[in-house]
Amino acid sequence: MTAAVQIPVRAPRTKDYRRSRLLAWIGLHVVAVAFSIAFLAPIVFIVLTALMTDKQALTQDLWPRTWEWSNFAAVFKAAPLLQYFLNSLLYAVLSTVLMLLSSIPVAYALSKLKWRGREVMFYGVIVTMLLPPQVIAIPIYVLWAHLGLTGTLWPLIVPNLFGDAFSIFLMRQFFITIPQSYSDSARVDGASELQILRRVIVPMGKPGIAAAALFSFLNAWNDYFGPLLYTGENQANWTLSVGLASFHSVHQVEWNLTMAATVLVMLPVIVLFFFAQKQFIEGIKFSGVKG
Amino acid sequence: MTVLEQRRGAVPPALRPVPRRGREKWRNRLTVLAFMSPWLVGLTVFFVYPAIATLFYSFTNFDLIDDPTWAGLKNYTFMLSSDPLLWQSIGNTVWLTIAITVGRVAFGLIAAVVLVRLRRGAGLFRTLFYIPALAPPVAASLAFVFILNPATGPVNQFLQLFGIQGPLWFNDPNFAKPSLAVMGLWTSGTVIVIFLASLLDVPGELYEAASLDGASGWQQFWRITVPSISPVLTFAIVNSIIIGLQYFTEAVVAGAVASGSSQVAGSSQNIGYPDNSTLTFPMWLYDQAFHQFHMGYASAMAIVLFIVSGVFTVVLVRRLRSAGIGEEE
Repeated sequence: MTAAVQIPVRAPRTKDYRRSRLLAWIGLHVVAVAFSIAFLAPIVFIVLTALMTDKQALTQDLWPRTWEWSNFAAVFKAAPLLQYFLNSLLYAVLSTVLMLLSSIPVAYALSKLKWRGREVMFYGVIVTMLLPPQVIAIPIYVLWAHLGLTGTLWPLIVPNLFGDAFSIFLMRQFFITIPQSYSDSARVDGASELQILRRVIVPMGKPGIAAAALFSFLNAWNDYFGPLLYTGENQANWTLSVGLASFHSVHQVEWNLTMAATVLVMLPVIVLFFFAQKQFIEGIKFSGVKG
Repeated sequence: MTVLEQRRGAVPPALRPVPRRGREKWRNRLTVLAFMSPWLVGLTVFFVYPAIATLFYSFTNFDLIDDPTWAGLKNYTFMLSSDPLLWQSIGNTVWLTIAITVGRVAFGLIAAVVLVRLRRGAGLFRTLFYIPALAPPVAASLAFVFILNPATGPVNQFLQLFGIQGPLWFNDPNFAKPSLAVMGLWTSGTVIVIFLASLLDVPGELYEAASLDGASGWQQFWRITVPSISPVLTFAIVNSIIIGLQYFTEAVVAGAVASGSSQVAGSSQNIGYPDNSTLTFPMWLYDQAFHQFHMGYASAMAIVLFIVSGVFTVVLVRRLRSAGIGEEE
């Protein structure tokens, strides 16, 4: 964990000064704790509601009178949540694997190989990354409709075979910080570019690759627009996002089950974060700060 | 550099080691091409082609079943003159983009300044602040519709403790967008992490020197902190604007759930609830294209979105260029 920056303030240590420092310290922690409560309270509320009976969930109560752990099991009966889960997993895992296969070489070429037009191509990646998905959705949809693949998740998975702009950007930002001398000395030893990529850049760029993989997984897992567009009409292929969004329309009065489903959808992501917190934070920093 | 080039130019051609180089150059080019090939295909098929096709469709009548027929500027004139919901959807998108950008950047900066001043536990607090940003947008939207439920939600109960009658939030056309903006603050963890990282890079000596000169905390913030992290601030602002222009998921889900509609979320019956107050431009585009099958008209809308987000993209790319992001370190 990062230690906060030390701001050395060497003013005379009078009694007044010490008192104002103490007040500032208290004020700061009060604000920090207040923010933490604001951030965590919504999660606490939905977990508590998920554990109530359906009747109690419709009251103003905040605390469950009885702890209905069975709600979490009931959710799987109320909707084909397991099916949605498997669809989400298929989408997220395949997208991530294909993204890595296609985007690592591109990030390598954009950071470690020298060629004319490299910079222009890199800005092209950024432009693509920033483009709203709705802008180009229509012709791509038409394309997949011609191939008869609308109604499935393939239109969302297959494009990852051809590089993902954000992942390329993120990994390129990591790779470029690897000193050129490593790949140069491998080159002198007669290694091919592919060997340099596999033996030098991939091992050294692991944190960047891990961060890109995490964000790719998370983007697919959280995606709503894509699965809604392609699988909206075909419930068998719904992902958790699409299924959860429509859960309430069928279970209007069962807020407890709706919240239990919400908790179940959030849970994998939060668990993933606790296992890979460092990669997450590093990845965010690299995507934002090094600009 | 220039001196060196001139010198190199002065070397007689006969002395240059040329002959062997040609083949190697081609090999290098082929290597680059091989490594770049996935992206070159991706760029062509999933970016260049759709961009051109969208432009073409925008001049046609197209319903996905029959082939597109030429319509000239009809879609564009209809958009500017007769679409009853277009301007409302533009207004909603502009409102949300501004509110979420200002809210996130201001709040993110405050939270990051608090974190950077904590000496102990900064890591723990950062984790706590960041967790909501991980919540899948659909799940976050459901959670907020419940929390802001006018009758039984905890927020209005809390307000009642102070004798305040809380608003109807997602059920009131005047409060639905502000409710979405509040949710945007809740998920602002990414901005906080980025700001915190750049604040940690500001050299401590700057503050030391300033406080020796008697600068107040407020002055230090505006004269040192803000200028030092201004590249990151610009990045966050422009990036947030571009994300705001795409605003879709939260508005679709919150509208559908709050409406109590028995239709699937995102269907024509419940988007924009209440009273089209949460109907964003991309939602209207989506509805026109994939529910009404006005593909030609929706393509014209897509071209408008393309131009607007293109302007901000150019701003961001220029900013990144001047920061030297495309160059080697």
